[in-house]
Amino acid sequence: MLIKKPSDIRSSEITPKELYQTRRQFIKTAGMVTGAAVGVGVLTKGAAVLHAVQPAAHKAKLPNVKPNPAMSNTNGEVKNSWEQITTYNNYYEFGIDKNDPAELSRNFKTDGWMVEVSGECAKKGKFSIDDLLKGETIEERVYRHRCVEAWSMVIPWDGIPLANFIKRCEPTGKAAYVKFTTALDRKQMPGVQSDAGGLDWPYVEGLRMDEAMHPLTILVVGLYGEPLPNQDGAPIRLAVPWKYGFKHVKSINKIEFVAKEPLNTWQRQAPNEYGFYANVNPQVNHPRWSQASERRIGEFLMRRTLMFNGYGDQVASMYSNLDLKKNF
Amino acid sequence: MADPTRVIRFVVKPVVFLAALSPAVYLTWAALTNHLSANPLSDVTNETGVWTLRFVCITLLITPLRNVSGWNALVRFRRMAGLYAFFYGTLHFLTYLILDRFAGLVDYPDGMLSLTTVRNVVKSSIGDIAMRPFITVGFTAFVLMIPLALTSTTGWIRRLGGKRWALLHRLVYATGIAGVVHYWWLVKSDIRRPMIYGAIVAVLLGFRLVKRLQQKKVRAVGRPLQGRPAERA
Repeated sequence: MLIKKPSDIRSSEITPKELYQTRRQFIKTAGMVTGAAVGVGVLTKGAAVLHAVQPAAHKAKLPNVKPNPAMSNTNGEVKNSWEQITTYNNYYEFGIDKNDPAELSRNFKTDGWMVEVSGECAKKGKFSIDDLLKGETIEERVYRHRCVEAWSMVIPWDGIPLANFIKRCEPTGKAAYVKFTTALDRKQMPGVQSDAGGLDWPYVEGLRMDEAMHPLTILVVGLYGEPLPNQDGAPIRLAVPWKYGFKHVKSINKIEFVAKEPLNTWQRQAPNEYGFYANVNPQVNHPRWSQASERRIGEFLMRRTLMFNGYGDQVASMYSNLDLKKNF
Repeated sequence: MADPTRVIRFVVKPVVFLAALSPAVYLTWAALTNHLSANPLSDVTNETGVWTLRFVCITLLITPLRNVSGWNALVRFRRMAGLYAFFYGTLHFLTYLILDRFAGLVDYPDGMLSLTTVRNVVKSSIGDIAMRPFITVGFTAFVLMIPLALTSTTGWIRRLGGKRWALLHRLVYATGIAGVVHYWWLVKSDIRRPMIYGAIVAVLLGFRLVKRLQQKKVRAVGRPLQGRPAERA
């Protein structure tokens, strides 16, 4: 009887020692290099997020700005500083971190800016900033600014009543809302290139006609008497102080008079969290955090959030028939 | 030639210890010298949080890295990494208690430093943990680290026995997952950063899953067969 001991594996198939050792060495090295690269990347991004940013450079003052103390009542609350207002910004087109816009909007071009007016109005066309301001007195309005994220500031805006400009456009009877659009320029806006924040561009906001015509609503062209810095929405933005900050559309290049309620960008993004009206309301919480208090930038202890951001006596009547819990 | 054990213990470990402490040191210095943003309180909250997650990931990285590279010495840094995760987690939880809950009370009827205030902070925290899902998950991730920190010593490995200790310390997997979900659920709209950590944790846990399945396969097959079945007859 021949006892055969068959071998499953031919000796020629056995991997030579040097070869598998080299392969292991390769995997080891590759793993270490990748790990180191990831580590360095993670660490430097962390450092990047934390470093201090330069506030906006100062420019020549805007001519003939008149303070409007009657419309600047913030109960003696301290104004936030130029540094705070120009280094802590939510302007996702320039990046999602609060210090991104200050750094990445430096080269944003605002010369020759035109605002296009269209829709349900008699006077359509393109207006330069000078056209917009023609015959108007730029007023200084010190307003509270309450972000939906539950931080706030007190900001001395310089601008003109939106109502004055709307009257010049002669909206027709069909115009029930005003729709605003922010400029969109992939080349100048790194946040748009990288799809930061996952928002659908361009940024769109809107106001009901009575809100747009309200004396508190202003088109802003300046800050602390100087032209608006890029990170704050140069060259022209909105201020609607009784509403959350995301309604304060920045770098406006389109104003349309429309019949239907515009779908504003943040509502489109998360309709259960952000609505059209976005009135500051301590009794209606954001699904993920309370709106009952806020942190004033520069302070440690939080403050109670005021109904309509403290402008209730001037605006509450516009909403007397509106269920504010449903229409947030 | 220097004894590698001594070099690790007296040179490498102290260096790594200081390196791991440096984010906290930098954060403290930056806060005190006005190098944080206009909202430094939010920076402190975010930084302590992200470093907790990073150290959980580093802790989870050690075993896979050791297996792939054959560097057994790596395991000697695992306790330090885990305890640093707990350290940053504690800092993060404290910033939540002080900067969010305490500062958010708005009312201090018996003064800021009073039992009433303590009671109100506790009440406010319990309410918040129960009400906000991302806080529930974050608090869970932190709490799961407490037994791990308490039993991190060699004494406890002996007391519990290696097998039971290893089983208990698998809770860090849950912390990793809960930490990622906490981050994911708190961002407003840009989920890229939580997604990256999610991918890292998934890979690190996936590694263990794959190993487990491979071990199962070996056990199922048993001893390698001697010759083809027909010839054994």
